[in-house]
Amino acid sequence: MRLLLQMFMYPFIVRAFVVGILVSLCAALLGVPLVLKRYSMIGDGLSHVSFGALSIALACGWAPLPVSIPVVIAAAIVLLRMTENSPMGADAAIAVASASALAIGVIVTSVTTGMTTDVDSYMFGSILAMDRSDVALSVGLSVAVLVLFGLFYHKLFAITFDESFSRATGVKVGLYNTLLSVLTALTIVLGMRMMGAMLISSLVIFPALSAMRIRKSFRGVVICAGIMSVISFCVGLTLSYLISTPVGATVVVVNLAVFLCCCIVRALKK
Amino acid sequence: MNEKKNDKLWIDCRDVSLGYEGHAIWQGLTFQVRSGDYLCIVGENGSGKSTLLKSLLGLLKPLSGAITWDEALRRGAIGYLPQQTKAQKDFPATVYEVVLSGFLSRGGIRLFHTPAEKSAALMNMGKLGILELKDRCYRELSGGQQQRVLLARALCAAGELLVLDEPVTGLDPAAALDLYRTLDYLHKQEGIAIVMVTHDIRSALRYATKILHAGQNKWFCGTPEEYLASPLGKRFGGDRV
Repeated sequence: MRLLLQMFMYPFIVRAFVVGILVSLCAALLGVPLVLKRYSMIGDGLSHVSFGALSIALACGWAPLPVSIPVVIAAAIVLLRMTENSPMGADAAIAVASASALAIGVIVTSVTTGMTTDVDSYMFGSILAMDRSDVALSVGLSVAVLVLFGLFYHKLFAITFDESFSRATGVKVGLYNTLLSVLTALTIVLGMRMMGAMLISSLVIFPALSAMRIRKSFRGVVICAGIMSVISFCVGLTLSYLISTPVGATVVVVNLAVFLCCCIVRALKK
Repeated sequence: MNEKKNDKLWIDCRDVSLGYEGHAIWQGLTFQVRSGDYLCIVGENGSGKSTLLKSLLGLLKPLSGAITWDEALRRGAIGYLPQQTKAQKDFPATVYEVVLSGFLSRGGIRLFHTPAEKSAALMNMGKLGILELKDRCYRELSGGQQQRVLLARALCAAGELLVLDEPVTGLDPAAALDLYRTLDYLHKQEGIAIVMVTHDIRSALRYATKILHAGQNKWFCGTPEEYLASPLGKRFGGDRV
């Protein structure tokens, strides 16, 4: 118990909690429509694009976030526009973007700085990566994501459930898909500082999948995903502190455990 | 039902050509959808039925000619029943949530549905006999029940014109018959105009008041009797018992 209290004596851990809770909440909420629209891999793709952009920014000595945020937003809009009708399927497009961005990032890094701790922390995440200005930016953007998600909740439900119907009844489907892309991009860029490019997508996918096992209504799934995501993050961060494991990986494993529990609950109900 | 409503012209197609990138699939198409109509659009695969449907919904501009809609439809109030997508098969949403989403065409930012919308949604569910399914999960329903839910949602979006895209595809014969009876009820008792794309020529001839046939470079529009007497109808609907 004292060990736990001691944990909050470190300012960087408090910062990690604040940012982590907000990012995991955003990721879980956005994850529900993304998973249902069969865009589960978008988080993976975007985080790799973000990694590529960050490597270039580091190599050129630019500030990382202002470079990667617009790049990732652009990538998100392009990828989410890829519908079933496009010549290349959405899954293929995401895989292409993901692999090439990662490759470019690795080449740029090895030619210039080499694998520094900075690059390593972007790959696998680090709670030390957050400084005070990062926290302020993260809090601001997360709040924006949450507010926009709340305001457009009904529209997002409608376009997720049935795009053709929404379009026929005059909903601006393109606009809301773009909104979804932008919000997803912001969440990914913010989250990957801590979770790492390799692991951030799990924050998008796991809570939605877990919640879908045990809840029947869309509202229920969204709320349940948010709550489970925040709890999983807190448990994961605490565990990683107690047993000295990497944060990102620990949070993912906790999420996996929750998912398995939900699967069991569903199996028992049947 | 008063006279005025009886005579409403919902959609007016005049000398319309439809197609993609300058290549016309339909040419010189002229027909109207009035209240009291039950229009079935039939024809072979790839004959442009879905292109026509998209244009009727205002999602595709005609290459030439003009489609005009009644003021009410112009605001997006078309009760559309699209083909089901794969994603919907395991979608976590209650029947009530799905039906309520029919109201979304109106207004911008909305945090809650109004009480009037909620009671209208319940009424439409009652009409279609799915009120007791209100809190059930959409993915747990049978195909026929799912179509009823989507029909209730379409009624929420527009109470006077329904546009359906192959609604019986994937339904077993009993559920399909059930759906046809429901549509017949909505058409006759509630006075709702119906436009339907279908492959089921027998049921089309049985229930429709108008048939629109899409064929290679030619089309036909008329009553089922006129259709059966026409060359297109003789060939396509000739095997009717």
